[in-house]
Amino acid sequence: MIPLSAYVAVSAILFMTGLLGVLIRRNFIIVLMAVEIMLNAANINLVAFSYYLESMAGQLVALFVIAIAAGEAAVGLAIIIVVFRGKISTNVDEMNLLKW
Amino acid sequence: MISLFFAYFALMSIAAGVLTVALKNPVHCGLALLALLLHVSGLFILLNAEFLWAVQVVVYAGAILVLYLFVLMLLNLKTEERYFHTSFTYFLAPALLGSFYVLAQLFHSPFGGAKGDAPAQAVLQDGNTFAVGIKMFSDYLLQFEIVGVFLLGAIIGAIVLAKTPKAIDTGRDNA
Repeated sequence: MIPLSAYVAVSAILFMTGLLGVLIRRNFIIVLMAVEIMLNAANINLVAFSYYLESMAGQLVALFVIAIAAGEAAVGLAIIIVVFRGKISTNVDEMNLLKW
Repeated sequence: MISLFFAYFALMSIAAGVLTVALKNPVHCGLALLALLLHVSGLFILLNAEFLWAVQVVVYAGAILVLYLFVLMLLNLKTEERYFHTSFTYFLAPALLGSFYVLAQLFHSPFGGAKGDAPAQAVLQDGNTFAVGIKMFSDYLLQFEIVGVFLLGAIIGAIVLAKTPKAIDTGRDNA
C-alpha cells in the first residue's frame, strides 16, 4: 500500500518544477508548458486525496481542471500567434508593450 | 508490484517534468511534456481513476499537446542561445531550499480527514466512469454547465485573437 504522502510528494516536486520553469524560461511557449506541469501536479493531488478519502469530488474537480487547461492552452497559444505576427519574438522579456 | 509501478510512474513523470523545463529545443520540450502526461495518467490508473486516465490521454496528450506542437511548427522558432533567464541561478537555491522544506513538512503530515461516500468497493461495483457520471450530473451539474460556457468563450476568444486582422488583408490579393 502506497502512503498518501508519496503521491503528495510527487505532486509537490512536479509543482516546484513547473514553477521553476515559469520563472526561469524565456520562451513563452515553454512557460505555458510549465503551467501545464503545475496543473498536472494539482490533478495528481486531487485524485490521490479523492482515492484515500473515498470521495468522488476530487476526480470531478480534476476533470474541470483539465477542461480549464484546454481553454487556457487555446487562448494562450492564440495570444502567442498574435504577438509573433507583430514581429515581437516569443521571448517573455521582450513583450513589454503593456508595461507602465 | 503496485509500489513498483508507482515508483516507475513517479520517477518518470518527475524526470520528464525536469526535462520539459530544462531542454533547449521547444519541440523536445513538447515531447518531454507528452511523456510527463502519459506517466501522470499511469498514476491515475493506480488511484482507480480510469475515466480520468482516458480523459488525460485523449484531451491532454491528444488535443492540447497537438495544439502546442502545431503552434511550434507554425511559428518556426529559432532556438535561442541563452534560453534561460539571465538571473536564473538566483532563483535556483531558494527554490531548492523551499521545496525541501515543503517536502519535509509533507512527509510529517498525517493527512487525516472525514471519509466521503465513495469507498473503493462501491466504486468498483459499477465502474469508475459510472460513479463519475452519476456525481457529475447530480451534484456538479451547475459547475459542468459553467465549464461548458467557459469552453465556448475560450473557443470564440481564440478565434477572434488568432484571426488575420483586416488592415493587413487589404494589402494582399485575397488572403
